Amino acid sequence: MCIISSLSANCRRNHKWKRHLSGIEHHKAVNLYHIQQQKTRFWIIISGILLLLSTAGLVIFSLRGTMDFFRTPSEITEDDMRWKTRIRLGGYVKEGMIKRAGTGVRFHIADLQNCIEVYFNGVLPDLFREGQGVIAEGFFDENGVFMAVRVLAKHDEKYAPKVFQ
Amino acid sequence: MFVELGHFLLILALALSLYQAIVPLAGVFFNDSRSVATARPVAGLIFILVALSFCVLIHAYIISDFSVLNVVLNSHSEQPLLFKISGVWGNHEGSMLLWVLILTFFSAIFAFFSKNLPRNLGALVLVCQSFIAVAFLAFILFTSNPFQRLEPPGLQGRDLNPILQDIGLSLHPPMLYLGYVGFSICFSFAVATLLDGCVDACFGRLVRLWAVISWIFLTGGITMGSYWAYYELGWGGYWFWDPVENASLMPWLSGVALLHSAIVLEKRSSLKIWTVLLAIITFSLSLLGTFLVRSGILISVHNFAVDSMRGIVILCILAFFIGGALLLFAFRAPMIRNSGLFHPISREGAIIFNNMFLMTTVATVLIGTLYPLLLEVLTGTKISVGAPFFNWTFCPLMLPLLLIVPFGPLLTWKRGDIAIAAERLLLSFAVALAVLAFVLYITEGQMVLAAAGFGLAFWVIVGALTDIFIRTGIPGTCWTLRWKRFRQLPGAFWGTAFAHVGLGITLFGMIAVTTFGEEYTINIKKGDSIAIAGRKINFDGYEVYNGPNYDEHRLHFTLTEENHQIGHVMTSRRFFPSQSVQTTETGLLWDGLSQYYIVPGDYIDNNGMIIHIWWKPQVLCIWLGGFFMMAGGVFSLTDKRFRIGVLKRKRQRVYNRSLK
Repeated sequence: MCIISSLSANCRRNHKWKRHLSGIEHHKAVNLYHIQQQKTRFWIIISGILLLLSTAGLVIFSLRGTMDFFRTPSEITEDDMRWKTRIRLGGYVKEGMIKRAGTGVRFHIADLQNCIEVYFNGVLPDLFREGQGVIAEGFFDENGVFMAVRVLAKHDEKYAPKVFQ
Repeated sequence: MFVELGHFLLILALALSLYQAIVPLAGVFFNDSRSVATARPVAGLIFILVALSFCVLIHAYIISDFSVLNVVLNSHSEQPLLFKISGVWGNHEGSMLLWVLILTFFSAIFAFFSKNLPRNLGALVLVCQSFIAVAFLAFILFTSNPFQRLEPPGLQGRDLNPILQDIGLSLHPPMLYLGYVGFSICFSFAVATLLDGCVDACFGRLVRLWAVISWIFLTGGITMGSYWAYYELGWGGYWFWDPVENASLMPWLSGVALLHSAIVLEKRSSLKIWTVLLAIITFSLSLLGTFLVRSGILISVHNFAVDSMRGIVILCILAFFIGGALLLFAFRAPMIRNSGLFHPISREGAIIFNNMFLMTTVATVLIGTLYPLLLEVLTGTKISVGAPFFNWTFCPLMLPLLLIVPFGPLLTWKRGDIAIAAERLLLSFAVALAVLAFVLYITEGQMVLAAAGFGLAFWVIVGALTDIFIRTGIPGTCWTLRWKRFRQLPGAFWGTAFAHVGLGITLFGMIAVTTFGEEYTINIKKGDSIAIAGRKINFDGYEVYNGPNYDEHRLHFTLTEENHQIGHVMTSRRFFPSQSVQTTETGLLWDGLSQYYIVPGDYIDNNGMIIHIWWKPQVLCIWLGGFFMMAGGVFSLTDKRFRIGVLKRKRQRVYNRSLK
């Protein structure tokens, strides 16, 4: 019932707009047109500004949570070890140090000076092997072992083996 | 010999594109109708030349012509035929050629169907298309020539990257490019209209037509790419917020905004300036995507070569087209006058709301994608902006949009009544609340956010279906009358309904996987079994198999429920000796729309093996929703007003009437 009554109200409104307009009325209608246009524009602009401001806030808030791309074992400080912050550790897999036990795997990520023990429980990526550059994402436990949550193997863009390069 | 012919045809195409970029343009300015008229046939000719040249490259791949550098680098004589062919666009040079092929294809199609357009406007669109074609043909010929010979010829090719040796490569890039490049017509149309100075409903209709066509392909490309990444990479995810994925998401979102605002332009003659700007922005984002992927500044699966020269050239092309178009827009836009009048609460208002949120989302995705690159260039610090950033910005922006989706089609043009729309949506609100309560009940009140998400998905789906009831009658209408009206509903209506339902289905799939998915990593021996999602999966052992250009370890599993065998699945690790690379072939066991997803580890001892296993409930809904959206696009194309000739007949009627 409510639907029908408001529909007929709409029709009446439309009817009013459509009737023939004399000169002065026409002038009034043009004025009304501009006022309505400005009103609509005002609301669009205000809501646009509000949306942009809140999004800017959201973006700045979210960007604070971004991580360093990765740090090498030499760049790891005592603080990183103490505060279990989530970081990315990058380096190459040290040769002859991969040990498996159950589903877990222990290996060492090294750069030219230092080397850090990493524990990862899961399936390693296809390109993981000794001497390969990898990035491990995770945190340090109490014993200074890096508990990796995710391991990414870095690859060069062509995926080509070293022989060809 | 053949190869040189292909190279020559490409040079010829460049020369003709140069002709088409200059002569018809001069014709428009000097009022020479004969040179303007050459634009259309030349567009067809350029397409034929580029297509022949592309065929030559495919031929070189099929016969494994190892005197061509590109073939040596990306093919192998033992590769299956399908991968030899799709290998053509599995590398930088070939994929750029595909890009140009599709560009010229769309120009030719446009030229063929533009008989009804004013001649100057049609010619200007083709001129703009040729400018793009010239830039990219020159780019191919001078910096990345696929026809370069190798002296002396190679004995064997280096093989296509094993990850790309999949049916996905045959479908995903061509679909995606059809989407990306299709928006070039909208862009050229916007530029031509700005030059011509007349933005009318006809512009809205044609821009919408092309935007919908490109959007269908882009949706298909993204959907397929997502499913491909899901089963090929073995990480169990469907979207990684990888910069390359973002590069395709941005034009998609912007395209959605464009095809909505074009409706307003077509039906109400409002939002003219905004639609023109959106057409420019959408293709600019496609170009940006091409730049991000092709310049080599990103490290990802999609990246084939690092060559700073190429990056700089593409950056210049990008700057020229985006800068030029925006400059033209700045000068000419003030001439465009809006004529439609509307109240903020109306269908126009709802579409503006949609556009504002979509474009803000595009802006945040753009920031998240470019910020690390800019930071690295400016300060040298490398950071990664990953999933947390995008989840935090994308979801809050999508939430209000999804809430408002069912309202849009229920509001009337010019001045809507929110109370009426809300009253009509009572049913979907009730369904959403019921779903929310049900999910809360089965998770024992643990998952409030997930329950709200399920509610939202059903709100969108049922809200879109409500419209069918409203369009076919009032509550008392008899069913035969409803059926009659149901069959007469226009294509545009079904387009909206399907696309919105698809959105809800995708959302449902995503939330179902995140909420009810299970994941285990275990060391499994032959004969062992693992309990997952109320069923058991037994490991039956493994075998060694030799494929055409790889060797693999195949692992066999059976799914059982109360000792009844339900399904069997195989998963494997492949070793490609030609590249000494291994890949994972995930085992997918379908159960309705849900899947079991098994990935083998690389370590075997005493017949035991590490496997990673997921239960993915309703995961296929994610991509099913994508197909619903595509179907929506196709339905809206079948709408009567898009049929060829309708425009012309309508014009003729108007003309006749004015004569009377």
